[in-house]
Amino acid sequence: MNIKQLLNQNLVSWMNATRPEATIAISSRVRLARNIKGLPFPGKQNHEQGSQSLQYIEEAWKTSTNPLLRGFDFITMDQLSDLEKQILVEKHLISPGLVSGNSNRGLLFNEDASIVIMINEEDHLRIQCLLPGLQLQEACKISFRVDDSLEQKLDFAFDEKRGYLTSCPTNVGTGMRASVMLHLPATNLSGQIKPIFYNLAQVGMTVRGLYGEGTESAGNLFQLSNQVTLGQTEEEICNNLRTMSLQIINQEQLIREKLKSESPYRLEDKISRSYGILTNARLITSNEALDLLSDVRLGVDLGLIKNIKPLALNELIVAIRPAHLQREAGGEMKPLERDLKRAEIIREKLHVPTSEK
Amino acid sequence: MYCEECKRNLATVHLTQISDSKKTESHLCEECAAQKGTFIPEWGQNFNTLNFLGSVISDNMRELNQTYQHLACPNCGSTFPEIIQKGRLGCGECYKAFEQELEPTLRRIHGNNLHIGKLPARGGEKVLLKQKIEELKADLQQAVIGEEYEKAAQIRDAIKEIENSI
Repeated sequence: MNIKQLLNQNLVSWMNATRPEATIAISSRVRLARNIKGLPFPGKQNHEQGSQSLQYIEEAWKTSTNPLLRGFDFITMDQLSDLEKQILVEKHLISPGLVSGNSNRGLLFNEDASIVIMINEEDHLRIQCLLPGLQLQEACKISFRVDDSLEQKLDFAFDEKRGYLTSCPTNVGTGMRASVMLHLPATNLSGQIKPIFYNLAQVGMTVRGLYGEGTESAGNLFQLSNQVTLGQTEEEICNNLRTMSLQIINQEQLIREKLKSESPYRLEDKISRSYGILTNARLITSNEALDLLSDVRLGVDLGLIKNIKPLALNELIVAIRPAHLQREAGGEMKPLERDLKRAEIIREKLHVPTSEK
Repeated sequence: MYCEECKRNLATVHLTQISDSKKTESHLCEECAAQKGTFIPEWGQNFNTLNFLGSVISDNMRELNQTYQHLACPNCGSTFPEIIQKGRLGCGECYKAFEQELEPTLRRIHGNNLHIGKLPARGGEKVLLKQKIEELKADLQQAVIGEEYEKAAQIRDAIKEIENSI
């Protein structure tokens, strides 16, 4: 997939939920931070040093004989328009940090965009693997393979005591941040979310909203990730996160069952109303849409709504964001125009032909 | 609700600012917010107004009662006040240059200060060899103390050989 295809289609690999557990755990991500030995970190490098590190990394990719890296595409961020950069952010493929900086930033990505390497973000390299469902171990394995193949060409900043050296001391050691995106409507509804998060903080984990640091949790989507990167192995980090995720998923399922048996009509009513609004509204804001889509997703999980695939719901999380809407409309839009377009796209996606009803 | 600035458009940007423990709220339309240079949350930008990390590091320093004003990293020239201000290190060498200063911070963030995870394939070899050299150096000292000069010479040669291979 080249960059144009990547920008023009909504679907990327993490949305492709086929596994049964993928209904609550939507996607898994593993990110490794790496830096080139001797060079200042991106935040400290001047323009020349920045272009040097970008060049080193491009060379490493170009000259690599590793089949894994051969399948990647390379692009510098200044080749992209602001809208295109924003589209990649909305797809969860790059961080807002890669957009806000100026020159010497780049991107390497594979065929289905399940592996994306950010260049000169906060660290020289941020190797990310993003997979559908709960697949932390798999994502870890893949990112290790990318790490190893790059390391054949590049000397990484590493210290025997501190491990992989990173710009921010919160990443030093493994340089690894693993995360899982969870859909927890029942847990949130029952008021159980705060105590769970409080307990997670005590075991070195953290929870954030859908779009990372500083964002609120819209649509009952939560991102669970490890906080500690030093003094634990990558395997331990992944295993811990997986265990915690499974516990939270289990609890979510129990509460769902309880809601279903205790107040079946209320639950079905809420879900059906949300479905009704989404399939009929002419204007809808992003947050309202995400919240209603959460109800519909729950309805699909519980078998109350049929004929809608999780893939379509995952696609909508991204397709209703401003940059994607503006891509569809072919130009800048005011908030009202976005709400109009958003409602239209949702109606199209959720439309169930009468014959199938 | 209408925008507080232009009073024409609907307010879609709602800001809560906290400075000097005073909370102020403002409600703006997207255009006025953009003009004022305020971030637009729907575009997912990071706002990093509070430097939490920097304050953790400087807190730890105050506890230790250490002075750090004149230290600078020999590789990138970062000073410690600069690191505190940015909450970011300048380069890999900074970890060595400010090893003592960073120690309590690493412990506070991670509850630990030693890496036990993955090693780079090539750099990792070096780590193992370096450890071997340290062992041999200890042996060498023992040999010298024991006046086993022939053995000491052998160990010295072994150390040289490994050092040359790195």
